[in-house]
Amino acid sequence: MILAIDSSAGASVAVLDHGHVRAQWRTSETTTHAEVLAEAVAHTMREAEVSGAGLCGVVVGVGPGPFTGLRVGLALAHSLAEVWGVPLHGVCSLDSMAQRAVNSPAEPSAVPGEFLVASDARRREVYWARYRADAHGFAELLDGPQVSAATELPDLPVVGVGASLYPEALTPRAAPESHWLPDAVELGQLAQRELGRDRRVPGQAGAHPAAQPDSVASAVLREPLPLYLRESDAKVPAQMRAKQAS
Amino acid sequence: MTNTSSARGAPLVLGIETSCDETGIGIVRGTQLLANTVSSSMEEHVRFGGVIPEIAARAHLEAFIPTLRQALDTAGIELREVDAIAVTAGPGLAGALMVGLSAAKGLALAADKPLYGVNHLVAHVGVGLLDPADEPGEQQGHAATAAGRGMRALPENTGALLVSGGHTEILRVGSLTSDVELLGSTIDDAAGEAFDKTARLLGLGYPGGPAIDAAAASGDPRAFRFPRGLTMPKFEGSAEAPGKHRHNWSFSGLKTAVARAVEQFEAAGRPVPVADIAASFQEAVVDVITAKAVRAAAEHGITTLMLGGGVAANKRLRELLAQRCAEAGIELRIPPVSLCTDNGAMVAALGAQLVAAGVAPSSLQIPADSSQPVQLISV
Ligand SMILES: [Zn+2]
Repeated sequence: MILAIDSSAGASVAVLDHGHVRAQWRTSETTTHAEVLAEAVAHTMREAEVSGAGLCGVVVGVGPGPFTGLRVGLALAHSLAEVWGVPLHGVCSLDSMAQRAVNSPAEPSAVPGEFLVASDARRREVYWARYRADAHGFAELLDGPQVSAATELPDLPVVGVGASLYPEALTPRAAPESHWLPDAVELGQLAQRELGRDRRVPGQAGAHPAAQPDSVASAVLREPLPLYLRESDAKVPAQMRAKQAS
Repeated sequence: MTNTSSARGAPLVLGIETSCDETGIGIVRGTQLLANTVSSSMEEHVRFGGVIPEIAARAHLEAFIPTLRQALDTAGIELREVDAIAVTAGPGLAGALMVGLSAAKGLALAADKPLYGVNHLVAHVGVGLLDPADEPGEQQGHAATAAGRGMRALPENTGALLVSGGHTEILRVGSLTSDVELLGSTIDDAAGEAFDKTARLLGLGYPGGPAIDAAAASGDPRAFRFPRGLTMPKFEGSAEAPGKHRHNWSFSGLKTAVARAVEQFEAAGRPVPVADIAASFQEAVVDVITAKAVRAAAEHGITTLMLGGGVAANKRLRELLAQRCAEAGIELRIPPVSLCTDNGAMVAALGAQLVAAGVAPSSLQIPADSSQPVQLISV
């Protein structure tokens, strides 16, 4: 069983058992993470009837997203994993919407092609990444995440709020999908799937010593540190510049 | 303080501080200091000449777990042994506070410990209760009274002067856990901020406090007569009829005066007398801080004054404050510099007092309050 947390846009919490949701919580509020998220974790754990001892890992969305809220989820997740003595895995928050898009194809009969996930990066920009569905029904990251103006994105169907924010530049895959926010449920599902694959690796390693490293596995699980994608806005004051130049 | 703690011994408390650029984790047992681990992002702010909130917040997140592990290791305890987790809830930089607060909530939730969201300014005072490092255990300090096993209370009629890059305040502390009053504060820049900005003007680097202190050593503090803010009669009034800003400070006019002095030398093509300006600026800051603090203390019956905040390291401030306190018959206490600057031990020390006094813990839903008032000791 794992606990998954995301605070990259709204905030969400989920407890998953082999990919199945035991309990979940979410809010679309973006400015209350510091107040609500810890209590939401406590509440979701109670609802799932699980304690820290019953978990085998914590999964946290590492963004990209607004920095302050993103850090609230990460700081919380770091502490939880540390005290419970379980591994902490980071997953790109955009992956969750990519997985949702793969789980619910726009047209059931259509061959799933490449698509983009785009979220609000403020300042007239979007955070985005390019995906496709792999043969096993999981989202595969092809490019990104990165941050740029909506007009600079490849011409592919888009899911995520980026599509509703910049309708003149981006084409939604389907209208309702242009309101999607990242969610802990899919982050947890993606992580559990990767962790399951990892567990099979030792058995395979003996039989196939030359086995190729799994590119998807390495892409899904990340360091549990924020994907800021932008420097802090700090400007070196004129007097300091003069001093540093001299 | 009450005696409720005597039956169950001194509480073991872990304190977390992230209100500015220091990631601090401290551990105390009552008033006994077990660990005080600080990871600073100061180096990353040097090229900006001041603390950049986003850079500080990023550094807190990366430093938190390593600092926590080191503090637990130093204290030789495990987290499950602590009686409570204390954390700075405010005042401070909002984004920086939220990292420590969220991390603290995670520890409290996962380890099932009570959480205390405490006031950063009051914590600066709480650190004064810690036993000196060379006299550990239950040693009873002068004028201190035991309030429980391994605990002691503040002397009666205690005041605190806090001077740092983020704050400049004079407090009256009737009780650390229930009665703290703000007597005066800066109405614009903090004193440490004024040091930073002036050091920048003079090309002396960052942090400004030590840089100005060093430059001032060879300067004449009477070379320039820089203004002492809010000292005109209309602001100060009298003891009987105090003016609005009798115990308040302002450093923005001083900063402007220094800038004008520098400009005049530059416009005339003459070398800027950096040492004299630094010495005169420092004298102006230290003079007005100590004069107003000691007067505020005297007028409120304060007989013991504690100094806290990073600017407590300034030699001239310590010297003039000691002289003026002695003249006013006030006992001055200055903790070691490592406990004056922002740290987790002070948060833990206040947390231990709150636990011992039976104050109710905070909920997991407390916010970070960047402008938390001093009378809100815990939230
Ligand atoms: Zn401070």
